[in-house]
Amino acid sequence: MDWQAFWLSIRLAALVTAILLIAGLPAAYWIAYSRWRWKFLAEAVIALPIVLPPTVLGFYVLVALGSRSPLGRWWQAITGHTLAFTFEGLVIGSIIYSLPFAVQPFAASFAAVDARLLAASATLGASRARTFFRVILPMSVPGLITGIVLSFAHTMGEFGVVLMVGGNIPGVTRTVSIDIYDKVQAFDYAGANQTALVLLAISFAALTLVYGLNRRGWLNKWI
Amino acid sequence: MDLSHTDSVGRTHPSGTTQLLNQGEPTLSDNTGRASVASDALTVTIRKQFANPQANFDLDVSFSALPGIMILFGPSGVGKTTLLDCIAGLTIPDAGEIVVESRTFFSDQHRINIAVPQRRVGYVFQDLALFPHLSVEQNIQYGLARLNATRRQERTHVILESFRIPHLRNRKPAEISGGERQRVALARALVTDPCVLLLDEPLAALDAATKSKIIHDLRAWNDQHRVPILYVTHSREEVFALGERVLVLESGKLIAQGTPHEVMSAPRQETVAQLAGFENIFDVTVIAAHADRGTMTCRIAGSNVELETPLVRADVGSTLRVGIRAGDILLATVQPIGLSARNVIAGKMLSLVQRDVVVVARIDCGVEMEVHLTLAARDALGLQPGREVWLVVKTHSCHLMAGS
Repeated sequence: MDWQAFWLSIRLAALVTAILLIAGLPAAYWIAYSRWRWKFLAEAVIALPIVLPPTVLGFYVLVALGSRSPLGRWWQAITGHTLAFTFEGLVIGSIIYSLPFAVQPFAASFAAVDARLLAASATLGASRARTFFRVILPMSVPGLITGIVLSFAHTMGEFGVVLMVGGNIPGVTRTVSIDIYDKVQAFDYAGANQTALVLLAISFAALTLVYGLNRRGWLNKWI
Repeated sequence: MDLSHTDSVGRTHPSGTTQLLNQGEPTLSDNTGRASVASDALTVTIRKQFANPQANFDLDVSFSALPGIMILFGPSGVGKTTLLDCIAGLTIPDAGEIVVESRTFFSDQHRINIAVPQRRVGYVFQDLALFPHLSVEQNIQYGLARLNATRRQERTHVILESFRIPHLRNRKPAEISGGERQRVALARALVTDPCVLLLDEPLAALDAATKSKIIHDLRAWNDQHRVPILYVTHSREEVFALGERVLVLESGKLIAQGTPHEVMSAPRQETVAQLAGFENIFDVTVIAAHADRGTMTCRIAGSNVELETPLVRADVGSTLRVGIRAGDILLATVQPIGLSARNVIAGKMLSLVQRDVVVVARIDCGVEMEVHLTLAARDALGLQPGREVWLVVKTHSCHLMAGS
């Protein structure tokens, strides 16, 4: 078991999930409540990583991070090195890759809050922000947990984007799924099996948590 | 602390004739003797096209409401909730003006549309919309965010006491009864000291006893605060129980306004729904009106049968329709005397048909009437076709409707 790769994946997944939680809330709010007629276009873009082959996504992220792109040049000017094949580059790629897994459950749970409760909040003098934090957010806890767990698990197991954007640098971009791939290439089936089992267990635990939380009434005992 | 601390102390109600803004057809005079355009009144003149294309009418109303309970009466789907939503700011009217206490909430001419949180409107929704994740106390304190903790506690305490729900403060809405939820919803709206109160069928689901207790508490609150209260209902009983004044809304238009008695005694427009419950429907001609007794004498068309009916606003000689439920008619085999019922009509039994546990009798008394009996009554009276009988109908069992 390559613990370095394992902790790298955990670190990556935790960081990406934290960023998605913060960035995903306003995006989900906008998707749930905007009446813009072209909103569906934005929804399609956000959902793209679900259907796009990870290699395709990874390829475009790699190009966008490269030293020929404005983003890559700007990063290089500030930090002195390129984004491609770094942990930071991996984070950016993973955020895009896992975006729908956070935003969609968030938005679905926001939209499920009864519009009459929002109206009641407004007539009681609450601003939109207060309504969001006092009514929408607390009532969306199952959706928030679903989004957090799914984006964590999804980032933990990603392979294609990591390979394209990060390569295989131990301690920097070598995640568990890359590690498994490497072990199989080297005919180390026992080692691959061990790591694969850990990933399998994590994924299963994550989904059990998500489905358990969404069972009616289960969560109400806690909040 | 007294509930009336920021209230309209010293507000005056100049007397004079009321000139309610009106565009409807039948207007009823206001005999409360108060001026309508007082500074604490609610004045609404709006037009709003429904988003739902199935409603092939627009909301188009104009009225004023003084402090006190104003009933907004009408069947479902005539725009009552839409009207309340416009006043609260949840729906934007297409045109018109909404003014409360000389504050303009909305005016298309002056391009004014005050945001919902700034309107200070108390709104009790039909489904109450209590926050399910907050306790009763947190629900009530939701609208008091701008007060400091001490004042917030004081106000909460007072309103919990006056609605008799202090023992519920730590419960969640799902853990209390329907009547208690109604009280919490009212308390939550009232604790913010609204300048106008909108109640959307707030008591529809309650039993009569609970209802009258809550109404009592609401009246007590309003005696101190004196704000206009718009109370939406489709129940005639509530109109009489509550109303100081009534607005009748139909297909988005105000068709009548006045005191409950004035408005509700007008013959109702006959609709399929209203006809559904009446087995006996006849055209009648008004022969005489007895205003002092609150009754009228009507003759059933094509017969000599005269009926005493409740008084409605109709001219002598005009044609109305009367509906009598078959279950409201009593049957006697000898001519009854010493009855309070005013209508005793002789007739002959034509047929008796048993339908499940009800016996349907058809009786010829100049016109044919249907009467429903129990099996026991049929057997005890030894009823059979050809038998001479008397029908007994109470005045208030004769329901008058406008003629077609």
